[in-house]
Amino acid sequence: MEYSEKVVDHYTNPRNVGKIEDASGVGEVGNPVCGDIMKMFIKVENNVIVDVKFKTFGCGAAIATSSISTEMIKGKTIEEALQLKNTDVVNSLGGLPPVKLHCSVLAEEAIHEAIADYYRKEGKMTEEEIKEKCNLKEHHCDSCGI
Amino acid sequence: MNTIYLDNSATTKTDEEVLKAMLPYFSENYGNPSSIYKIGRENKKAVEEAREKVAKVLNCEPNEIYFTAGGSESDNTAIRGIAYSYKNKGNHIITSKIEHPAVLETCKQLEKEGFEVTYVGVDENGIIRLDELENSIKPTTTLITIMFANNEIGTIQPVKEIGEIAKKNNIAFHTDAVQAVGSERIDVKEMNIDSLSLSAHKFYGPKGVGALYVRKGIKFDKFINGGHQERNKRAGTENVPGIVGLGKAIELAYDSLEEHNKKIKELRDYYVEQVKEKIPYIKINGDMQKRLVGNSNISFRFIEGEGLLLNLDLKGICASSGSACTSGSLDPSHVLLAIGLPHEIAHGSLRVSIGKYNTKEEIDYTVESLVEIVGRLREMSPLWEKFIEEGNK
Repeated sequence: MEYSEKVVDHYTNPRNVGKIEDASGVGEVGNPVCGDIMKMFIKVENNVIVDVKFKTFGCGAAIATSSISTEMIKGKTIEEALQLKNTDVVNSLGGLPPVKLHCSVLAEEAIHEAIADYYRKEGKMTEEEIKEKCNLKEHHCDSCGI
Repeated sequence: MNTIYLDNSATTKTDEEVLKAMLPYFSENYGNPSSIYKIGRENKKAVEEAREKVAKVLNCEPNEIYFTAGGSESDNTAIRGIAYSYKNKGNHIITSKIEHPAVLETCKQLEKEGFEVTYVGVDENGIIRLDELENSIKPTTTLITIMFANNEIGTIQPVKEIGEIAKKNNIAFHTDAVQAVGSERIDVKEMNIDSLSLSAHKFYGPKGVGALYVRKGIKFDKFINGGHQERNKRAGTENVPGIVGLGKAIELAYDSLEEHNKKIKELRDYYVEQVKEKIPYIKINGDMQKRLVGNSNISFRFIEGEGLLLNLDLKGICASSGSACTSGSLDPSHVLLAIGLPHEIAHGSLRVSIGKYNTKEEIDYTVESLVEIVGRLREMSPLWEKFIEEGNK
């Protein structure tokens, strides 16, 4: 299995690692059984994601997708961030091996969960509205059935 | 950057002396051993000399040794060959949950073909449960196949006891000794082993060549059809350079076995001690006594093995892991799960397997690198964060 140079760069020097103490929203997806957990922290000001940090337990691809997706949503409006697709993340990384594609899905889900958490804290929308707006899905892992 | 090779259970570097012994058989002595002329006859002799060397190490007769293309082929040949030869007597096979895929997948295939297989469990150190093994014997059992030593956690099985159980019940006993040959002294007579697989590249020989021992009197079907090579059990022109290399490698390994093992064990113990001392929250997997001298398997909690391997690779260090991401599937190692490790701890495992070329300086550099990498990956891990926040529970 070969990783692209970009993937190697991101797992070697991951960007935006850490946590935001006064985060506007925090999203966590995955589980330790599968071997991947991503936790995304966002700071929102005037509908713009002004800061983003992550923590990831997982393989090289999981670390690289977390890292690059923080770069891709920093400075973006919430609506723009919600439009980020896992395929965009994969393309920006110069591709991922097929068995690692699920890592990019996790990154997309982590961002959506963080934004949903922000909306919940804001308290302006119902849970139904948040679910729809953030396109929240039940995470499903084929290997462990969780 | 120098390569620090700590994956000697995966394969080993071919010994210079082995390579030297092999070279003439490519472009000088290239005759087919089945041919009648001089360069053929001489190669036949070279193959038979290698066979004698293997037989001497295992304490069996040369005509009980068959050369193959490696450990997997030897396992396939023995298990399928014996199972089908004794099919009129019964269709039940006993193996363990921690076998190499070459054995497990062969057994699964036999199940599809109408055989019945019992997969015996192991204790928390990876030692086979002998009572479970004995209790699973049926009147229809014809074969027990249990590995000599495990490839991931290095655990050495009570082979002699298994051999006795098999003998007492008149069942053939095969052992996959791919990890053990070159590291452990093996006497097939004393240990009641009826069949044994070995592979040259695990003991500084070439890749793509192995051998199968089958005791005289144990029947097994031919695996590859064709010519009459290997006493009509394994067709195909002999891999003469490979076989010569295997012979040389096994001879070298056992000429200085105790000397090499002493050095390797010291390095392995030093590595484990250093990791224990310098990195908290680790788990040592497998039995520390009944274990191959070069093997270590340590789980680093809160991190995932592939990330660890990639970072080690950037420092020139070669090792392996039982994490899902390195197994090519989404499940962590079946061996680590069989000894009862939770998934998340199995994901963080690192196998460092030490060989005769490793040095103390390499171990120091590796431990130093691990301290840094494990620290960095933990800082990045939400599991670590949670653990710290919850007060190290």
